[in-house]
Amino acid sequence: MRKFLTVVAFMVITVALFSGYSNYGIPQIEPAPPPVEEKLDLGSMTMDQFVALGGRLFEGKGTCTLCHNSLGRAPMLDQIGANAQERLDDPRYEGAAKDVEGYLIESLVEPSAFVVAGFGKAGSNDTESPMPSTSGGGIALSEPELAAVIAFLQDNGGLEITVEIPTDIGSETEEPDAAGSGEPRPAMTSFQELSDEFACEACHTIGEEAGDLGPNLSTIGASRDRDYIRRALLAPNADLAEGFDPDMMPADLGEQLYAGELELMVDYLSKLK
Amino acid sequence: MKSVSKFGLCGLFAILFLAMMLVLPGTDQFGSQVAAQEAASGDVAPAVTYEPAPKLTADDYPKVAGVNGRLAVWVCAQLHLWFAAFVLAVPIFVFIIEAIGIRTRDKRYDDMAYEFIKVSITAYSLTAILGGLLLFSLILFYPHVFTYLSTIFSGSMLYYALLFFAESAALYLYYYGWHWLQGGLRKWVHLTIGLMLNAIGTGLMLLANAWLTFMMSPAGVDPAGVFSGDEWAAIHNFLWNPINIHRFVANIAYGGSIVGAYAAFKFLTATSHQEKAHYDWMGYNANFIAICALLPLPFAGYYLAAEIYAYSQQMGITLMGGIFAWLFIIQAVLIGTLFLSANYYLWCGMGRSTGAKRYTGYMKYIAIVLVGAFLVWFTPHTLVLTNAELKALGGPHHSILGPLGIMPAKNTAVNVMIIFTFLSFLFYRRANKVATVSWEKTGNIIQVALFSAAIVNILFLGIYHGYYTNTVYKVAASIPQVLTTFFVIIISLILDSFIYRGSREIGPLRWGKIPERAQYALFLLAVSFTWLMGLMGYIRSGIRQHWHVVDIMRDASPDAFTPTLGYAANVVSVATIIFFVLVIFVFWIAQVSSSKTLPAGYWKE
Repeated sequence: MRKFLTVVAFMVITVALFSGYSNYGIPQIEPAPPPVEEKLDLGSMTMDQFVALGGRLFEGKGTCTLCHNSLGRAPMLDQIGANAQERLDDPRYEGAAKDVEGYLIESLVEPSAFVVAGFGKAGSNDTESPMPSTSGGGIALSEPELAAVIAFLQDNGGLEITVEIPTDIGSETEEPDAAGSGEPRPAMTSFQELSDEFACEACHTIGEEAGDLGPNLSTIGASRDRDYIRRALLAPNADLAEGFDPDMMPADLGEQLYAGELELMVDYLSKLK
Repeated sequence: MKSVSKFGLCGLFAILFLAMMLVLPGTDQFGSQVAAQEAASGDVAPAVTYEPAPKLTADDYPKVAGVNGRLAVWVCAQLHLWFAAFVLAVPIFVFIIEAIGIRTRDKRYDDMAYEFIKVSITAYSLTAILGGLLLFSLILFYPHVFTYLSTIFSGSMLYYALLFFAESAALYLYYYGWHWLQGGLRKWVHLTIGLMLNAIGTGLMLLANAWLTFMMSPAGVDPAGVFSGDEWAAIHNFLWNPINIHRFVANIAYGGSIVGAYAAFKFLTATSHQEKAHYDWMGYNANFIAICALLPLPFAGYYLAAEIYAYSQQMGITLMGGIFAWLFIIQAVLIGTLFLSANYYLWCGMGRSTGAKRYTGYMKYIAIVLVGAFLVWFTPHTLVLTNAELKALGGPHHSILGPLGIMPAKNTAVNVMIIFTFLSFLFYRRANKVATVSWEKTGNIIQVALFSAAIVNILFLGIYHGYYTNTVYKVAASIPQVLTTFFVIIISLILDSFIYRGSREIGPLRWGKIPERAQYALFLLAVSFTWLMGLMGYIRSGIRQHWHVVDIMRDASPDAFTPTLGYAANVVSVATIIFFVLVIFVFWIAQVSSSKTLPAGYWKE
């Protein structure tokens, strides 16, 4: 009996050690909850807010940054302004798009219509894209969401925004807040609240707080315009300040911010001169 | 007990069969299948069309007695899977051991094979009971999911139920006919029944795998989930074969480890030397089986992961680089534990031979390499840190150790781990032998050169392609690494068998002469394997995220969120403890069935 109990104790302790390590030895990341329906008043949105919505979809629900990042899994999209026309003119292009906006829509909805050289599925000779259609399947962006992503891509790529904000649809699907509760968190109303929440000053110098992992933002408004700041918040790796490494700033910041909060941050930072 | 077991099983099958009949399409209860209009001409069979996958709401998930449906299904499924893995694996190596017994005419093999199958027979009843529980919990808590899946897999579910009967018949014939079908042609008949048992068991596994892989990589349906009517297409979905291969190999390793734990317990409680020797030998064989299957298992796992990535880049990234990335650090701890405990058992076992002293000096170096490789596998890439820690470290990656966090380093580590585990085995194999061939020295030099070249090649592929080329080559380099490992194992085994052909034995192997602590290595192996399987079950299911059937049928239940690793670890831990309580029961029953009490004066003389 003693041996039996020793064996049982040994096994229970082993299980407890594995469980303890999993609970206390590694960080407990709360996975984002499934997307929920959230009412958005597209009708009263400004284009800046619509672009910000596109940025959030790009980083969040669209899951675009899983592959369109500096790791080289898919083409970077910050130069899409320059690249889109080249791709339309490419002899391999057999799609139906006539202009850049059409090309962007086609790429989102039917990714295999044109595959950038070197980014096709293995063995497909760049005729089949590994990217899923963003209008169906698990991503299932709605038409207004697709338009918002295109607005973001155009803005981010230095193009004129040609899409219009749909006004005939009153609700939109969006990612819930980052807290993971499934309930929308209350919007923050000051830059300091946002900075505390997202720990901006851990890496950046803003006022009295002095972080040195990211660029000094004390006078960012003097050298950068609002578009640059917005892009830096939504896609931190798009334009890296000299001397700083990519991937240091959380790529999902834009996903966690409400449109109003993003604009609040842009306002605040653009006034730091 | 035997009759109770049989009775219980038959009853359970009948219930399962009835339950399936209730939910299969074509019955009154099934509402989603629509018979299309019959063709105008009478000689054309009526076409059948199917409805899209239902769009569910939270109200579509019944709340039963305050039980958390996901938790209930999770625990039932996991317990069923553990027992199923065990009862499918044991007949595979029982068949092989019986065949070895026939070939060598060594009755010890036949006795050991019988003891293995005796352990699995009670486990078989539990597998069926837990399968029934899983089925009922699915029907209770996820009725729409089960209905949708049974629409598509109606044929295979029916065959599954019928195969269950066939499996039971083959198993009972194989077990209860063991002593009856002995000698000459009868033994061959018995072995053939064993082969049939394995074929049917594998068939059952393949069918069940089809259902679960359909939920990950649906096929035979359109984007709305409308079934095309081609069930084979749904079965033969993209991830079916990768899961089949991975599970087949893993089941054998797992079965070996559980039987090893049985032998270890019997060894510890043995009262005679003869008994100790028997269970030591049994434990050694079980560990050998577990290691043989453990060596290719990481490769089967990589193949599965690569296929997941090929099927859906998003799913692949979620698996390896998303929220589950940290799970692979836990996995590294468990795999490290598996390799270290398996090696430790081998090293302890070398005490059975006096000739082993020639090799014991090397053990510490093997241990150092194994621990080093384990630490490389264990090193994370991106760290989740507090702001202060981020500042102190200078970024999310450690400047020196960070590079060890990426896959090329881990591929290199696991290959090195496997090669050195094989080296342990090779030393064990040689321990009691003295080669008599004239070219022994040359053969040994070739062996050393082979191992050295393989390790250099693996390191070169890992370092050069991993750090100095682009992503495509980084991943692709793992293939020549694996081939190198396989090459060195196969060639070395062939060479070794020639070197030791006609070798002289130093002395008889002293079975039973192994320290008791070595038995705990076998327990550790069994617990680690069980826990690891549970954890990997969580990730396999978890990468579907908030989908019952990926991109087709969304999970709208309140439990659609992905639980944290800590929560999953707690569920797996509780399930593991329940599993081992049941396993102890199985072992106890196996022991009780061979015990006899002679009640003096009870019966009339």
